[in-house]
Amino acid sequence: MTNYLLFIALPYASLAVFLVGSIYRYINRGFSVSSISSQFLEGRKLFWGSQPFHWGLFVLFFGHLIAFLFPRAVIAWNGQPVRLLILEITAFSFGLCALLGLILLVNRRLTSRRVQMVTSKMDIVVFIVLLTQIISGLLVAYHNRWGSSWFAAFLTPYLRSIFVFNPQIDAVASVNSLSLQIHIVSAFSLIAIIPFTRFIHFLVYPIDYVWRSYQQVIWNWNRKNIRTSRSHSEGHRSLNN
Amino acid sequence: MDIRSQISMVFHLDKCIGCHTCSIACKNIWTDRKGAEYMWWNNVETKPGTGYPTKWEDQEIYKGGWEKDGDSVSLKGAGKLRGLKNIFHNPHMPVLDDYYEPWTYKYQDLFTAPEGDDQPTARPVSLVTGEQMDVQAGPNWDDDLGGSKDYARQDVNMKALSSAEQEAMFQLERMTFQYLPRICNHCLNPACVASCPSGALYKRGEDGIVLINQERCRAWRMCVTACPYKKSYYNWHTGKSEKCVLCYPRLESGQAPACFHSCVGRIRYLGVLLYDADKIEKAASAPDDQLVDAHLDIYLDPFDPEVIKQAKANGIADSTIEAAQKSPVYKFVKVWKLALPLHPEFRTLPNLFYVPALLPTMATVANGVYDTTSKSLWNGVESNRLPMKYLASLFSAGNTSKIVEVMKRLMAVRLHRRGLTVGDLNSAEISTAMNEVQMNGDTADAIFRLTALATFDERFVIPPAHREESIEMLENTADVKGNTGFGFKERPARGL
Ligand code: SF4
Ligand code: SF4
Repeated sequence: MTNYLLFIALPYASLAVFLVGSIYRYINRGFSVSSISSQFLEGRKLFWGSQPFHWGLFVLFFGHLIAFLFPRAVIAWNGQPVRLLILEITAFSFGLCALLGLILLVNRRLTSRRVQMVTSKMDIVVFIVLLTQIISGLLVAYHNRWGSSWFAAFLTPYLRSIFVFNPQIDAVASVNSLSLQIHIVSAFSLIAIIPFTRFIHFLVYPIDYVWRSYQQVIWNWNRKNIRTSRSHSEGHRSLNN
Repeated sequence: MDIRSQISMVFHLDKCIGCHTCSIACKNIWTDRKGAEYMWWNNVETKPGTGYPTKWEDQEIYKGGWEKDGDSVSLKGAGKLRGLKNIFHNPHMPVLDDYYEPWTYKYQDLFTAPEGDDQPTARPVSLVTGEQMDVQAGPNWDDDLGGSKDYARQDVNMKALSSAEQEAMFQLERMTFQYLPRICNHCLNPACVASCPSGALYKRGEDGIVLINQERCRAWRMCVTACPYKKSYYNWHTGKSEKCVLCYPRLESGQAPACFHSCVGRIRYLGVLLYDADKIEKAASAPDDQLVDAHLDIYLDPFDPEVIKQAKANGIADSTIEAAQKSPVYKFVKVWKLALPLHPEFRTLPNLFYVPALLPTMATVANGVYDTTSKSLWNGVESNRLPMKYLASLFSAGNTSKIVEVMKRLMAVRLHRRGLTVGDLNSAEISTAMNEVQMNGDTADAIFRLTALATFDERFVIPPAHREESIEMLENTADVKGNTGFGFKERPARGL
């Protein structure tokens, strides 16, 4: 029963909340979609915390994504022990980076009076979920070797089964590892709270900056685009009108 | 030719009395809010001095603006690669202490303090943390401290002077300062816009005002770094960047921006310049000594029939072209060549121009004797109180000849007017000065008039925004001819 709750109900509930909530917030509460950086109030400690934390998470996120999307390739790569070892050590050290960064960030929140002024209740929730997530992940990686292989072999089928609406939880339910179960549950909780926390900022990572032109000019009202009679398709409305 | 119109500005520094009325007008309207207390979209600095935020001009520290990169320019401290790499921590971003910690006073204590031997005092408390604090700095902390060690001598533009020249500048008899009011320059090549990863900043096509879309700002804070004038500010409370909006709601309804409107010294002029957007890249990447000329070359003559034709073809309203012809900015910048951009070497092509303060000397010191019996009214521009090299570092990317030219023109106007009103000057001296800058009496009188006597409507020539016509982008008004008012969504056809 608990297994059904944790590995079927929770994932679907959190994905639904995530989807509906994020879209709603993006469209209707655009002003609140921000990374709400506090670098302006405190810059030095932020550097030592934020850099390892974000880059660590960045790598780990894509690591999980690759194992999810291309499990065969990962298993094939792991076929040679040296390559497996390289992968595991890299992943583990980025995990440590993220943990170290996070601890420094928590410490920064606790010690800087100015940063405390812009700390919300949800920020504390964010810290707790992230700590659980990263620590449980590191424990899994340490105890249940070798994660990169069995993630591709066991977890990917489970996660995929969720996305095709045919959940198969036998594999995850039978794994006898509390830290793994915590890791999965907190992962889905993390997804669920994205619309209610500053996590939302990773959805708006400005990747389109790469192909955008540097200068942006917006015409509120463009005489060249004045509509001729009945031709409502001519021209286009400017974005901020 | 891609002709656009730009609302641009001139500040006449000789007239600024440093009263900060402009700053207060702006603060009361726009930044009197939590998270924005420290922002001064309009601030007035004393030069020489370190400014606000401290040493903002030093791009070795803040990495603002553009640098020349072959035939083009690239952002110095931001840009696609650098921006995305530094997004988790922006190494060149100024922090609160580089501006100042905003504070208020515990006024209630004056009323509630228990009876005692001392006068009750209102202690300063931080507007960020609410805790008691010792005030260390403010937005105009170096006000009037033109000769001071901590401020004037730390001025970044001092680097342009040799140490002997610096010492000369700080001699008691020469010690001086001028005020430098600053707002956002609404640049033609805005570094803030280019640096914003989420594309929240944009330049308005109609009037060139640079704005931040608050819904799209994601607090990546790159504009704060990229603006070399430090005129984009981060609101620590809302987590959004903000900047001077040139009071666009006022402009759209035909009123001058609050800082212009309230300016006590009447130093401010506002009007339209027509420019050729195709020339921006070339001008922004001109070599340092040609920067000013290349920049001013972008602006076009609004009386030229070819320019008018192209402008109309580009959708610029007749009323805007008319405003461009009456523009006081066009006169100061292009016709009279009296106003220069601030720090053109930042290569953002600013649209705020400054008439530098003359600060002439009348006396000479020889052997410790202070001699006022100079042969002429003033000594030459070379012996003005602020060295030409210093002013060149501020207004012409180090090109001293540009500043000297402006100074000589300003001086010619004064001599001409002195000749007319007091009449104590040798007329040969006046005509030499006028001929040197090829100015005739009428021009000098016109300059005098616009400088000293201009009315409100001469100082601010604001083109109508024509928002009332913008419906035409959505609907052709001919289509709704015959419809009845606002009440009907369909034509009032006869019922079934
Ligand atoms: S002065 Fe700064 S904020 Fe204003 S337009 Fe120029 S670069 Fe942008
Ligand atoms: S209000 Fe005018 S005169 Fe007074 S400080 Fe501002 S710019 Fe100078």
